[in-house]
Formats: sequence, structure tokens, C-alpha cells
Amino acid sequence: MQDKKSVQGCETADFRDDYPKFTPAMKHTHKILVPDMLPVHFGIIVDILRRDGWDIELLRNDSRAVIDEGLKHVHNDTCFPALCVTGQFVDALKSGKYDVEHTAVLITQSGGGCRASNYIPLIRKALKAEFPKVPVISLNFSGLEKDSGFPMDLKTIIKLAFAIFYGDTLMSLYNQCKPYELREGDCEKARADCVKYIGEKFAKGGYRKYKKVTRALLERFSKVERSREEKVKVGIVGEIYVKYSPLGNSHLEEFLLSEGCEPVVPALMDFVMYCAVNNVNDAKLYNKKSIATPIFDIVYKYLHHIQKNIIKITEKYGFEPLHDFEHLRRCADKVINQGVKMGEGWLIPAEMAALAETGTDNIVCAQPFGCLPNHIAGKGTVRTLKQMYEHENIVAVDYDPSATKVNQENRIKLMLSTARENLAEKQKKAAEKTKNK
Amino acid sequence: MAKYMGIDVGSTTVKVCVLSEELEILYTSYERHFAKVKECVLNQLSVVEQKFGAGDYAVSITGSAGLGLAERSGLNFVQEVQAAFTAIRKYYPDADAAVELGGEDAKIIFITGGTEQRMNGSCAGGTGAFIDQMATLLNISVSEMDELSMQAEKVYPIASRCGVFAKSDIQPLLNQGARKEDISASIFQAVVDQTVAGLAQGRRIKGKVLFLGGPLYFIRGLRRAFKETLKLDDEHAIFPDNAPCFMSIGAALYSQAAKGMPLAEIISRIQEAKGSDDVVTGEPLFKDREEYERFVARHKASDLAFEDIKTYAGDAYLGIDSGSTTTKLVLITPDCKLLYQHYQSNNGQPLDIVLERLREIYELAGGRIKICGAAVTGYGEDLMKAALKADFGIVETVAHFKAAVHFNPKVDFIIDIGGQDIKCFKIKNGAIDSIMLNEACSSGCGSFIQTFAKAMGMEIDEFSKLGLFAKHPVELGSRCTVFMNSSVKQAQKEGASVEDISAGLSSSIVKNAIYKVIRAKTPDELGSNILVQGGTFLNDAVLRSFEIETGKQVIRPGIAGLMGAFGAALYAKENVRGESTLITEAELRYFTYTSKSHICKGCTSHCNVNVIGFSDGRKFISGNKCEKGAGLKPHSDELDMYHYKYERILKSVTGAKGKRGRVGLPLALGYYEQLPLWAGFFEACGFEVVLSEESSRRLYFKGQHTVASDTVCYPAKLTHGHIESLLDKGVDFIFFPCESYNLDEHDSVNHYNCPVVAYYPELLKANNERLDDENFVMPYLDLNDEKSSVRALQRALARWKVRPREIKAGLAEGFARLNRYYADVRAEGERILAAARKEGKPVVVLAGRPYHIDPEINHGIGKLLTSLGIAVLSEDSIFDKGKQVLVNVLNQWTYHARLYRAAEFVTENEDVNLVQLVSFGCGIDAITTDEVRAILESRGRLYTQIKIDEINNLGVVKIRLRSMLAAIEEQKRQKDAR
Repeated sequence: MQDKKSVQGCETADFRDDYPKFTPAMKHTHKILVPDMLPVHFGIIVDILRRDGWDIELLRNDSRAVIDEGLKHVHNDTCFPALCVTGQFVDALKSGKYDVEHTAVLITQSGGGCRASNYIPLIRKALKAEFPKVPVISLNFSGLEKDSGFPMDLKTIIKLAFAIFYGDTLMSLYNQCKPYELREGDCEKARADCVKYIGEKFAKGGYRKYKKVTRALLERFSKVERSREEKVKVGIVGEIYVKYSPLGNSHLEEFLLSEGCEPVVPALMDFVMYCAVNNVNDAKLYNKKSIATPIFDIVYKYLHHIQKNIIKITEKYGFEPLHDFEHLRRCADKVINQGVKMGEGWLIPAEMAALAETGTDNIVCAQPFGCLPNHIAGKGTVRTLKQMYEHENIVAVDYDPSATKVNQENRIKLMLSTARENLAEKQKKAAEKTKNK
Repeated sequence: MAKYMGIDVGSTTVKVCVLSEELEILYTSYERHFAKVKECVLNQLSVVEQKFGAGDYAVSITGSAGLGLAERSGLNFVQEVQAAFTAIRKYYPDADAAVELGGEDAKIIFITGGTEQRMNGSCAGGTGAFIDQMATLLNISVSEMDELSMQAEKVYPIASRCGVFAKSDIQPLLNQGARKEDISASIFQAVVDQTVAGLAQGRRIKGKVLFLGGPLYFIRGLRRAFKETLKLDDEHAIFPDNAPCFMSIGAALYSQAAKGMPLAEIISRIQEAKGSDDVVTGEPLFKDREEYERFVARHKASDLAFEDIKTYAGDAYLGIDSGSTTTKLVLITPDCKLLYQHYQSNNGQPLDIVLERLREIYELAGGRIKICGAAVTGYGEDLMKAALKADFGIVETVAHFKAAVHFNPKVDFIIDIGGQDIKCFKIKNGAIDSIMLNEACSSGCGSFIQTFAKAMGMEIDEFSKLGLFAKHPVELGSRCTVFMNSSVKQAQKEGASVEDISAGLSSSIVKNAIYKVIRAKTPDELGSNILVQGGTFLNDAVLRSFEIETGKQVIRPGIAGLMGAFGAALYAKENVRGESTLITEAELRYFTYTSKSHICKGCTSHCNVNVIGFSDGRKFISGNKCEKGAGLKPHSDELDMYHYKYERILKSVTGAKGKRGRVGLPLALGYYEQLPLWAGFFEACGFEVVLSEESSRRLYFKGQHTVASDTVCYPAKLTHGHIESLLDKGVDFIFFPCESYNLDEHDSVNHYNCPVVAYYPELLKANNERLDDENFVMPYLDLNDEKSSVRALQRALARWKVRPREIKAGLAEGFARLNRYYADVRAEGERILAAARKEGKPVVVLAGRPYHIDPEINHGIGKLLTSLGIAVLSEDSIFDKGKQVLVNVLNQWTYHARLYRAAEFVTENEDVNLVQLVSFGCGIDAITTDEVRAILESRGRLYTQIKIDEINNLGVVKIRLRSMLAAIEEQKRQKDAR
């Protein structure tokens, strides 16, 4: 699996185990299982890949057994996301629903300096004893795992990019409408309609007309009748898996909704652009140029161009748009150096700052217990952020297989009680202002 | 108008407060609920009814266990910190901060200078429950502990992060005979340190401070420790009279916003509140009583035969296991019949117990029995051996193995769960093949059930029997005790019965052992002949849980709790030559001892040395890390690479005065490798290089208030102290570069630093108010690329106008020094290896990271090894002699790649073994440890891992190392025999 730069004259000892490889031919013989990371986004993506002939399935199992399998199969000091993902795979493979001779599992790999890059070998190790024939497929853009990578062509990449844009918009619109909907279930209906619409666009073409698609989504959610009351807005930032996955964060979005709050979840596209920009930054900081660097630069500029247009359209419809990535970068510069690029790195404080600047003062910073980059980029930046934004109200929550919901919810509730007080204060001031006028 | 009521349901107590319509406090109460939350609340409400009648009340519930109750009864809930805040604003409007300790929570509220409220994270146990647990360990009540603490003369360093860590610090102190007065005070100090470090995180607690919650109200010693640590006088440290009920008063005040309702309705709502079904439950342990009886009968088969000590005449052998929480004695006949057995909790004085029992044995024997040999094992081995003049002291793992073989010669797996520790060994070819001890964070062992039973107001036997026939055992997870505590809290909240919790705890302990300590993937990995032992397995519920979890029938000897002692007796029987040296009946009659302690000034370690004087004039000294403390000839560091490297790296600074100014370099993290480079660079560029002072616990405390994340590794936390030290030395600026990429040694796919080493300067700067852009310079560098490095350094040092040419020359000098350092380390490695081979000494590669050479981080493990007669190498002194390796995991960190090559080198050299040093909280080592183990084991070699943290005690480490040595010996013996 490794491309070694071998020093001349130095012998090599091979300690690697044999593992089942993934070949493109398996497209026709194997079912591919995908972990449940972002329910909306991955739903759309799986749908696209299925149309391209892949037999692919998004796992939805999230019982306690998933965590237990994870505990059994992964070193317990490894981060929680690795445990969840592995547990979900093992639990599914054990369910008897799949022909384990003809099943593979798929996972993304970023290749950064965080231990998350090691998920693939960890999953391989976990599957080795019981499912020796199940290949682990890597979805990455850094040329890792050449013998088991998911085959990528330009067309698929473009499709994925648009799927992420649409998923982001959909996630954001749902969160902006759900707390205020007047008829229970309207938002779910709107979301289902939109998913169907997006699916059709990918099936019949027209998915690249992103302005039209975005407008259609906005149009549909505009029809949801909403109340005008003001609610507490809570941003969710943090490690990519626990930030988005309900399995990882004990259904954080649902919890916030049930507390009468509006969850504000930054876009997945931000993370994609963050990865692209890091490559460009490395070139700038350390002359670390590769053939890919200019490509990353172009990709980034292209994505940002689309993002700006989507923001413009969203604003026209009166919805709060997702962050402009250039704004995020400027926010990052106020708090931390963009050289902090392992894990979610500078993106976390950038999002916290950007949220504060766009009216979301309350933030849950979700991280796996003992997450290394988060010591610095998460907890480590809170003090600076609080000095910059007076009302910023941040709670860092650790996620862990045995950390109980009570403990997590209690901490979040503490943050919410301050949030509610701040909101009441703000409303009081606003009322006084109008009175004085 | 309605009266106002606040109900505070905490993890251990219920507090109720009633306020009049005019907000006068009419009534407060404070009661332990023993997990019966609803009953306790209803009870107190009926008192309220009697006192104030059944009128209307506006009520709010608060507290960690109150949330569920409020939800299900549809009553108003207020977050507890919020409740406290409300009350503070009313009664103490001029307070600047408040500290509240509860049963399982710790909170700080900063009021002035930016309101902020903080609660303890999920890994912070310095709370009331922690104090309870410690009191149980000392076998005294909390109030007695408080009394004792007032007479303390000194404070020992005790790990403050979580109860389990603290326990492993305290136990050896107890065993060494340290005064309970001092230990009590040390425990309170640990709680204070935890609060200051874990919660304040970069913010100083100052001004007028309120102290709230039960523990702070009832425990004077704790109050004193807080006052002294925070340097508060009486005016600024306020301990309200109603501190225990403060939250309930706050909740009552909060009720002003709630609607009043008749008390009867409140009571009926609480009565009707149902347990939800959120709790995951498992299958019952036994279907019925009949199944249980079959189970009991099966295990009866593994009991030893008895012989009556009162009538027996002849030879006998004595075995003593002086364990961490219990002391065990066994006397056997030559044909292994049991003459005498004893099992007792230490209560802090293990030596007294042993002396008393030995007297009893001599008395019972009545001169008919001759004790031909005696062996001691366990934590207290050294002390017992010295006091009793026993023939042998053996490491406990060996004792257990001996005993196990007696019951099943084919045994291939032994698991021992004691009060404090879990030990497992795999047996291969009649020798111990691998040893697993629980790491300090996973000790969800026997003593946990005991503490818990006490909290429920029950004896341990009674409590665990309840679990046998529980209908729906609760799933409580498998981590450390602190986590389990909150799982239990949740289960209670959801209405689980005591029976279900008892069964759940038993199964948690088992899961902890299997998945956390052994890390087995399938039960088959454990082997086919499993023997279980240790006091905890005498508990049928635990034994049954183990059989269910593994799906195997196992052997549990009737003397499961005495196996260590039995093994020691067997060892004595097999190995004794000539007369036994054991203390005679006559000598024993007049035997007494005294205990004293002092700080050894022999070296910088400043060990707490304990001197026990025996009445026959002999002395026993413990607590010392080296021979110096014991008054022996000075320790030789000749064959200690860790010592050499530390001395050598300090020498890379010449100390030359510079015309440009003084630059401060913190001796921490990456500097333990790159110091020669930067010292060379700055001295060449005309700066004077000033190093931070050497690491110590004191230095750590100095920077503790700026630690932002309490779960980061100790080497990182120490860095905060180094920064303070440099600031105090008045340097012009501190230089601390951020390096995503380490130097490329071409051994790995990429050459990253770990995220903490790479970016820690960012965190330091953001959380220390004394640092700014002027005095803290942290350029982003990739030293593999000269051009960009020169550019970045030029920009970073612009104020001093250092020219690119000078920077280039500086880097050249720096790299020259670094390369000389590398060469010296490798040469020294070769010298040590050759010397050890010449002397026939075993060699251990202590494989860790560069910063592990810091004696405050490794706690003198190098010294310990050399004192055991072992030569010590480091990973970086020999990895270049190993082949390059291809591994399963993604090999992308420079320092970590060395570990794999060092392991490869070890597999090629029979006389060299590897011990991996791992810092607690090192996420990357979760990956490397498994891989290093795989490399070693694939070629039939032993793997030993030592986890280190702020814990300053080498007791456990010593057992591990001695077990490893014993296993190596055994393997060698067998090889020779073949």
C-alpha cells in the first residue's frame, strides 16, 4: 500500500498482512457499504453512484451494538469516529443481510497528519479475523491506497461536487425552517420533495445548472409556512465526523431542535475547499509544490465561484446563506495561522468566528474525546475567540463511546441557558430602542 | 400567592428549599438519596407539606439527576449552574467567582470580567465522589479524613485528574507506611489542583470567591487547601452557611418565573413520572435458581483439600501476597494441602496484619509444624521480605502463574482481577508469553464495586448477590470508573433498579478486562484453558458475566483470592535450599517498627523517602528511585542512554553572550530533538540562548493555569511551565516554531509531526496572557526546504534585522550541531550495546519520543531499569541499524517511523528487548503500539508497554518490568533445556 522512497543500500523488512484488494471489476460483483456520516449528503451521493451502476448502500444501523462492535474491534484509545465507522461496518456485515463474499466497504481518506488517515488500516485489521474477503475501499484525492482506491473520473468528481453543494443548501434550509414551521411535518415534506427533485436532475441531466436547482430548492422551502418568533441559534462546529453524523454526536441536531433552537451547521463544501486550500498554502509556506498544486488552485477558484453565486441567490430569497469561504479564511487569520492544517485545523476557529460575525453567538464545538488537532484548534482557541466576540458562548463537548448523553446534554443545556438569557437581553434592548424612538 | 420551592437532585443527594412569597428562606433540607431519587424527593415533599401545608407552590427542579425527573413530571427545570448564578446575584452581588463541588460535578462560575460558566469534562473526577472513594480506600469516614488532614505535615504529589490515577498514587504511599494525616491533606490538594487546572483553564480565579456545594461546606481541609492555593484571605474566600443547599435556593428563586400549583399536584406528578426506556439492558445472568446451583456445583470442583493446622505435624511452606488493597497469607503442606489461609483488606497497615497473622500461625502450629520456606509477592513485597526475613521475593505475575499451573497444567490464559488491577497473561510453551496489566485509566476493578456498594449503603457481598437474579441488567459501558459513575447516574435517572445496576457493574468489569485490557477481538483469542482468579472473581455475578461474555466455561479455584500467596508458597517449596531465614516465633514476639519520611536531597528527583526502622535495628527504605536514597553507593548511569541524551542535549548550548539579545528556548516537546539546531542557529546569529529551567512538578503547576485542554498529554502540559519560566527569566523573546513537517528521514510515506508537537505554540500563545506578538515568535517552517525556511525566519526576526546570509549560515551551524548530536547518540548507543554484551547484561530499547528523555516525563524509568541490572538504549540510538520496514498502518510520522525500525532491530537481536513508552493521551500511539507489538510478536518476541502520565510512582512499572525479565528468563531457560 505504500509507495516507499527507499534509501539506497538499506534492506527492507515487510511486516504487512495480506488483505483483499479492491478492483474496478468488482463494480459488477460486489455490493459496497457506506457509513452514515452525513445523512442528507450521502443519501444524494449514493443515489448518484447507484445510477452509475454501482451496487451501493448507505448504512443506517445505529443501535448500541454498533458501538459495542467498534469497542471490540478497534484499539479503545483510537478516536471515536474510527470506532463508530468500524462498528457500523462490522455490525452490518454480521447482520446476515449481505453476502460477505461479495461485499466491500467504502471510507474516505484525507491523508493529513492526523491519525484519521489511518482509518483504512484500522478497518482492515478489524475485518481481518471475521470477514477476510471484504475489501476496504479508499475514497481519496491524494493518491493513497493505489491498489484499493475508488475509481474516480472527472465526471464523477463533478457530480460529487454538485451533490455536496445541494446537500449543504438542503441541510441549511431545513434547519432554518424546521424550528419555525407552523404545520408539523412540512419541512420533512419539503426536504423529501427536494431530494427527489435533485435525484431527477442527476438522472436526466441538468444537475450542472446549479443556479436553477438552487432556486428550486429555495422556492420549495419558501412555501413552508413559518412563525416569525425569534429563537436561539446554535452553531455546530468541530471534527468532521462528530459534527455531522447523528451516530457520532448522539443526534445533536435533533436535540437542539427539541430544545427549541435553530441549529446552524456549516457546509461540508467548506471542508472540501479547506483541503484544497491547504495544498495551496503548503506551496506558499514551504515551497511544497507538486503537479497537483495548480490543479487544487483551479479547483478551489472554481468551487468558490459557484459558492458565491449560490450565496447571492440564497440571499435573494431571504434565507441566511452559508459562509463565503474567503470570509472564512479572513476569519481564520484573526485567530490562528492557516498553517494549522491537520484534522479540521484552522477551519474550526474560522467557523466559530464566522458564526459570531453572522449572528450565531452560541456554538457547540463537537470533538471526539482526546482529539489531537482539536486540543489546539478547538479548545485552544476559545479564549481568543471570547476576547474578540463579547457574546460568543462556546461549549466544547467530547464524544466518546461511554460518555453518557446526560453529561453531554447537561453541558449543552448550560450553554443554552446563557444563550436564552443573552437573547432575552437583546430583545429587551431592542424593545427599549423602539420605545425611545 | 404561591410559595417558591426549589428541588436540587444531585448525583448523591437531594436538596429542597422553600421560600416565602417575600423570598425569605423558610426551609432547606439536605439528604442522601442512595439512588432512590423519586422516593427521596417525595419523602422530603411530605415534610414540606407537614410544615407549610398543602398550599400552592411554584417549583423548579435542578441538578444533574433532576433533568429526567423534571421532564417526565412536566415540572420546570433550570440548569444547576444557572440556578447557582441566580442565587449568587441575589445574595452575593459583589462576588467575582464561585467554585462549586458536588457529588460528581465540579463547576466554576466567573462573574466579573466576562461572565463564564464551566463544568468538568467527562474525564475529571476531582469531586465529592472522588473524596468518598479515597476515604473508602483509607477505610475512614470523610469527616475523619478531614480531621486527620488538619494535622498534616507534608503534602505528597497525587495525580489529580481522575480517581483511578490518584488511587495508584495513594496505595503505594499507604503500603510504604506514609502517615494518613499527610495523605488526607494530599487528597484534598489533588482536588484543588484538579479544579484549578481542569476548570479554570487559562483563567485565574481571583477576587472575592464563593465556595459552594456539600464537600466544600463539610470538609474544612478542602476549604483550607483552596484558600491556600488560590491565595485568598478570609475576606475574599466566602463559605456561605447554606452552601450545600445553594442550588436549591437558586432554583426556588428561579421559580418566580414558574406558575404555582397545589402541592398535591406536584407530588402526584412526581409520583406518576415513569422511567423511560432509554437504558439499554441485557439478558439476566441466570434463568432461574436451578441454573445458578448447577453453576455453583461446577465451580466447587476446583477447591483445594484442607489439612487441620491444629493437628498436623511436619513441614510447611508460607506464601504471602501483600497486594495493593488486600493482604493474603497461605500455609501449605508439601503435598499442597491448605493448612491456613487469610484474606483481609489492608486498611492501610499491611505489615501489622502480616505480623499479627504470623503470630497466630505460630501459635496454632504449637511447635508441631516447621516452616521450611517463605516467599513474598505483591506491591508490599520489598517491605515484607525485609521485615520478615522471608527467603524469596517474587514478582506477582510469576506467583500467579505458578499457582495456576497447579490447577491446570495445560492452562494457556490467566486473568486476575483484584481490587486495584487487572492482570492477564498468555502462556505459551510453559512460559509467560505476554503480560497485560490494566493501564491506569481502565481500572474499573473490584474496588469500584466496593465503593459503589457502600454508596448504596450495602456490603459488597449483599450488593453483588442482588445482581445474580436481576431481570434487566443495565449496559454501563466499559471505561474507567468516572465514566461508569455517570452511566450509573443515567441508569438511575431512567429508573433502573439496584439489582439491574449491580448486574450491570459486574458485566462492565468483565468487558473492561476483555476489550480494554486484553483487547481481544474474539473470545477464541483468549485460549482454550482459561483460569480466572483474584478476589473479584469470588463474586459469582462477575464470574458468570465472564463466562457469558467469552462463551466459555472457565476454572475458578476456590482460593481464587489467594492465588498469589499460594503461588508464592509453591515457589518457596520448589526453590528453598537449606534452612529458611524466616523470622522465628521468638524474634516475632518482640518485633516492632517505626515509620518516618523525608525528602531525599541526593539528586534532582527529590524522592519522598520512607524509612521504616525495625526493632532489631535493621532499616527498610522505600520511595527512592535510586540507590542514593537508600544510602547505598551512588547509582551508575554508565549504561543509561536516556541519561546520556539528556545531559548531551543540554550541552548543545554554549552559553555565549550575544550582541543581538537573549532568546528563550523552552526545553519541551520538539526541542528535545531540535535544541542543537536552534541553539546553533541563534548563537551563530548573535543571540544569547537561554533555556527554560529543568522540568519538575513545581514547574508544571506554575503553568497549569494556562492549560486549555485537560486531556492533552503531559509533555504538552509541561510546556506551559517552561514558557512561564522563560518569561520570569526576562528573555527578549521566546522562539517556538510550528512545524507541520518534521525532518524527512526517508523512512516513511510522509514525515509529519504529531498535531500537538506541530502546533502547540499556537495554543500557548492563545492561552497565556503574558504572551504577545513581540515576545513570542512562532514562524511556520518546513526545515526540509531551505529557501522557504530562510524567508520565514527572516520575516520572523525582522525586528533584529537578521540578514538572509546570516540566517543561512546560522542554519548551517544549527544542522552541523544537530548532526553531531545524532552521531554522538548513535556512537553512545553502540558503546552501551557493546559494554552490556561484554558484561552479559540484558539490554532494553526504551522506545518513545525524543521528549521522553525529560526525567519529569519518564519519572526515572531509565534509572529503574539500570538498577535492575539492565542496559538502556533509546529508539533513536539504534533505529538506523534496523531494516526499513513496511507496515500495515499508514507510516507518516518521523518520530513514529523510528519505532518500527527499532522494533525490527530488536527482532534481529536475541539479547535485546523492547519496552515502549507511551504518554497517556497520545492518540497516535493508539496506532503505533499495536503495530510495534505486531512486529515483535510476528517474530516470537515479547512486547511490553508502559504508559506514563503525571503519576509519579514507579510501583506498577516495576512489576511490569520484572515480569518481563522473569518471562525472558523463563524463555531462555526453556530454550536451553531443549
